Amino acid sequence: MSRAEAQQAIALGDDALVLGHRLSQWSSRAPTLEEDIALSNLALDLIGQARLFYTLAGEMEGEGRSEDDFAYFRDASAFRNVILVELPNGDFAQTMMRQLLFAAFMHPYFAATAEHATHAGFRDIAAKAVKEMAYHVRHAGDWVIRLGDGTAASHRRTRAALDALWPATGELFEMDADETALAASGVVPDRATLHAPWQATLDRVLGEAGLARPDGDAHTLTGGRRGAHTAHLAPMLEDMQSLARAHPGATW
Amino acid sequence: MYTQALNTKDTSDTSRPGDSARLAVFQATIDAEDKIEANDWMPEAYRRTLVRQISQHAHSEVIGMQPEGNWLTRAPSLRRKAALLAKIQDEAGHGLYLYAAAETLGVRREELYAQLLSGKAKYSSIFNYPTETWADIGVIGWLVDGAAIMNQIPLCRCSYGPYARAMIRVCKEESFHQRQGYEIMLTLCRGTAAQKAMAQDALNRWWWPALMMFGPSDTDSIHSADSVRWKIKRFSNDELRQRFIDATVPQGLHLGLTFPDPALRLDEASGHWQHGEIDWAEFKRVLAGGGPMNAQRLAHRRQTEDDGAWVREAALAFAEKRRQAKVTRVAAE
Ligand SMILES: [Fe+2]
Ligand SMILES: [Fe+2]
Repeated sequence: MSRAEAQQAIALGDDALVLGHRLSQWSSRAPTLEEDIALSNLALDLIGQARLFYTLAGEMEGEGRSEDDFAYFRDASAFRNVILVELPNGDFAQTMMRQLLFAAFMHPYFAATAEHATHAGFRDIAAKAVKEMAYHVRHAGDWVIRLGDGTAASHRRTRAALDALWPATGELFEMDADETALAASGVVPDRATLHAPWQATLDRVLGEAGLARPDGDAHTLTGGRRGAHTAHLAPMLEDMQSLARAHPGATW
Repeated sequence: MYTQALNTKDTSDTSRPGDSARLAVFQATIDAEDKIEANDWMPEAYRRTLVRQISQHAHSEVIGMQPEGNWLTRAPSLRRKAALLAKIQDEAGHGLYLYAAAETLGVRREELYAQLLSGKAKYSSIFNYPTETWADIGVIGWLVDGAAIMNQIPLCRCSYGPYARAMIRVCKEESFHQRQGYEIMLTLCRGTAAQKAMAQDALNRWWWPALMMFGPSDTDSIHSADSVRWKIKRFSNDELRQRFIDATVPQGLHLGLTFPDPALRLDEASGHWQHGEIDWAEFKRVLAGGGPMNAQRLAHRRQTEDDGAWVREAALAFAEKRRQAKVTRVAAE
């Protein structure tokens, strides 16, 4: 059981690290200085969550792996993040749409974990992360509304972002046999139960933005949880890991 | 980061009848170490000097995000990655406070951006050097933020209230950055031979540009009597540079590093570290746009402005739609 628990912690850490890294790529490139600061806040929340989940995973494994071992010394095929978070940032509309789609799921996920999880390690991290994700939903939601109901050009970009990302949203609800067993014993939430709150948040925001929820297949971009990633993850990790790997064993 | 004394002097005279009485009140306020506030009367030359200095400082904060941003995605541990991201975020915040302080003097941020992008406004010469290795992140915190603190501590007592208050906030964060940078250097110097070599190489490349952050030597600078009388500038460039050298050399020796200046020696009589001649031709060249990274820094900034234009337009259009909807609602009630 503890191996399966560690796998869950790694997957949650990978989602947070990969998306946090993507957001950090906006630094000094945001549309306004205020938004540069806001994007860094989002990135810092996620990198902080990743560190907590990796540390927890290391304790669960009991093999002495540190947060940096997980982040810097695994190849793309060992990462267990969903495809949604590894896709490139695209334009600002795509970045904010992705953040909304992800946070609208993680917020109820962490709320359920904080309230019901039988494992204190998951519960403690979730209690902190749930507040952060509430802010991410609000911030990204406000931007999706502004851009959707802004100019014709911003509406078009926001629509295109939603269409491009929609096929990757189904993976947020996928569970393998191990996760299903953990959910049955109350260690993690059953992802299927989060579909209704996720959809309610989306419908509210998209409604105000003047956008309709796509009816296309939401499951065509999937496989990240099994380590079957798109071509976008490996170069991102190569860059991220390059210095740490050039000096194995060094302390920074 | 980071103001740099460029000693440009305001020469235009725009005084009007009746100004002499107001000028006396203005100078008395400054002499009493009280603050001039945004709505107080002030001479045009004071206003223009401050707009130029504060906006130059704001531009430096914002351009200064780029050299460190170069290592953000490659930071070698998650702890360092989070700390570097937070530091660069602080610099964006400094830019924001400073643009806000400049705006109290009746200019708009967009005008100031336009001056930066056209090359009319300057920013600190230090940011026109490349960051070649991770050790540059340590050296920038230690030396560049360290030099910024030396320059800016006196500005916390600047006669213009909004600038002085912004500086108090900024200086607190810069000293945190300085300590963090030194700690990176300490870790590298206690690390592997390759890490220590990286630290030495970074110090070799950044030492002289850091000394240039204090501006031209007193013998060559256009002495600005106005700035002194107005309590915008309290110490000369060379005085501040000397303080920085005296504080920094022992720190570098403690790291076990050497400084790239064969003339550097402690003068026992005065207790000051004496240094060799600064390459002022290089300083002038970099300031005038001829540094290794000037073109790239401005191109990056211009690209960011261009890429974000549709977002800013959308936000304005949205705000206007909401405002009109509210007007319609109120009218209907
Ligand atoms: Fe700063
Ligand atoms: Fe700083």
